[in-house]
Amino acid sequence: MGDAMVRVKDVHKSYVRGKQRVEVLHGLTLEVPKGDFVALMGPSGSGKTTLLNLIGGLDGPTSGEVHVGGERIDQLSGGRLAKWRARNVGFVFQFYNLMPVLTAERNVELPLLLTGLSAAQRRKSVAVALEVVGLSDRARHKPKELSGGQEQRVAIARALVSDPSILICDEPTGDLDRKTADEILGLLQVLNREHGKTVVMVTHDPKAAEFANRTLHLEKGQLLEQAA
Amino acid sequence: MTRTGFVLANLGRRKTRTVLTLLSIVMAFLLFGLLQAVNVLFSAGADFVGATRLVTQARVSFTQSLPLRLLPQIESVPGVDKVMWSQWFGGVWQENTQLIIQATDPMRLHAVYPELVMPDAQWKAFAETRTGMIAGRLLANQYGWKIGQKVPIGSNIFPQKDGSKAWIFDLVGIYDGKDEEWQRGTGGGWINFGYFDEANQFGAGRAGVYIIRLANPDRATEVAATIDRMFENSPDETKTQAEKDFNLGFFKQIGDIGLIVRWILFAVFFTLLLVVGNTIAQSVRERIPELAILKTLGFSDRSVLGFVLAEAAALCIIGGLLGLAVATPLGVGITKATGGNLPVAVDGRVWLTGAVAIVLLSFAVGLLPALRAARLTIVDALAGR
Repeated sequence: MGDAMVRVKDVHKSYVRGKQRVEVLHGLTLEVPKGDFVALMGPSGSGKTTLLNLIGGLDGPTSGEVHVGGERIDQLSGGRLAKWRARNVGFVFQFYNLMPVLTAERNVELPLLLTGLSAAQRRKSVAVALEVVGLSDRARHKPKELSGGQEQRVAIARALVSDPSILICDEPTGDLDRKTADEILGLLQVLNREHGKTVVMVTHDPKAAEFANRTLHLEKGQLLEQAA
Repeated sequence: MTRTGFVLANLGRRKTRTVLTLLSIVMAFLLFGLLQAVNVLFSAGADFVGATRLVTQARVSFTQSLPLRLLPQIESVPGVDKVMWSQWFGGVWQENTQLIIQATDPMRLHAVYPELVMPDAQWKAFAETRTGMIAGRLLANQYGWKIGQKVPIGSNIFPQKDGSKAWIFDLVGIYDGKDEEWQRGTGGGWINFGYFDEANQFGAGRAGVYIIRLANPDRATEVAATIDRMFENSPDETKTQAEKDFNLGFFKQIGDIGLIVRWILFAVFFTLLLVVGNTIAQSVRERIPELAILKTLGFSDRSVLGFVLAEAAALCIIGGLLGLAVATPLGVGITKATGGNLPVAVDGRVWLTGAVAIVLLSFAVGLLPALRAARLTIVDALAGR
């Protein structure tokens, strides 16, 4: 399928925990078209985050294939996968994971240190990313001086700044109140609709899933159904 | 922001801890600078460069004396300008205060040490007074001695012929140093050799050492070799060295200074290794999720390893250079305070060794935590496993 941003084919994933081997994904197959906004839901331990990690190139499958943006990433070595992530994926996490010692603008600039951009170009990109998330006026603030919602906006700006084609969001509103969560989800929707970013989001929250174009349900490592 | 900026920003994460760790590195390198300078000093071989005076002692030890009959032979060596001799008196003041008192021929002392400044009348009085004594300004001030008074001094080496260890001298002069450095060396005194030699119970006509003022400092090595060769295979074999090296010999009596210094440095750096290594390891432990995020963003394992090593190196470089920078003027101060007898020069060689120590320390304290950071698995680290 030529328009698929994500193509996961017959993927198995197991972990060794202590003396036990835990099978998390059982021959899962999935396609996410370019420009889609997909919510992954399911109970704890269903394999949502594991699937998200495979799509984001944070982990590799035990068997099967993972293609993202037309590239088979399950065969990339650690170093090449890191480069691929830097170019193609933006990550947003539940607990923001900002660097506490850096200001908002420095946090956003961090991924750009991996590019060949000049300092002036980096500053410009950072300003644009902060503008998109509506936090230009908080650029010089450190994370501890920001609210949870503002921190998540900085994290989204960091995910955006290198202009990736796909955003991987793991419970992006799990730590936020309803109103702030809706603002963040609205922002992700804008990025999807107006900026053409493919978004794959793991959530437990059905209201959050409503912001997605479709919702995929996982249970015991398998895809159950697709809902519009 | 640059990668360097990121590394420095991370150092500011826990300011108190960083400052305390830095202080421990500064102190360690301050010690390193001074002790390494001492080590260089005591490890160095004979150095005749720039020597204006030589000291000839008995080859076995300077505690053995040499006969005065060697004087004309030493004086006849080409390149020798003036010669004096001295005998260590072993002075004791009042209860048990050790004094640096030596017996010498007054006018020869004047000729060999023009740096000791005293009015001609006092030099003359010293030469003409059999029981005469001169004191350095520091010594005289310390005990409030005035010219014309009698100074009772005991000797723990030389009793008088009647068995008494108490000697009484007439203070006929007080000398100063020609400059600030020499003034610091005015803590001793001299007595008239003629009187001492006649009155002491042990063998007359013997000198502890000969001190030779050179006509030309460039010939120091040659003159020293000539003198020692002259008395080779005789009952009075000699060892001639530059005055600076002879003075260091006193400190060497304490023991193998180089070995002592090396052990102290080893202890200092071993402790430092534990302190800084623990700080870096703790710093890595505290931010495993952050390091995982760096990898998530696309920084390679090698980059993350580099960040942690760079943090360790930054701490060691800043602390090390500050320590050496403080040690340098302190070394100058110690040199001046000891009147040049303990020239502690924190020079290029010490800085170079310090630079090597900084590099080694950086790797030693940073490598294990850096490897741990590099080997982090993103998924496990983010999940807190």
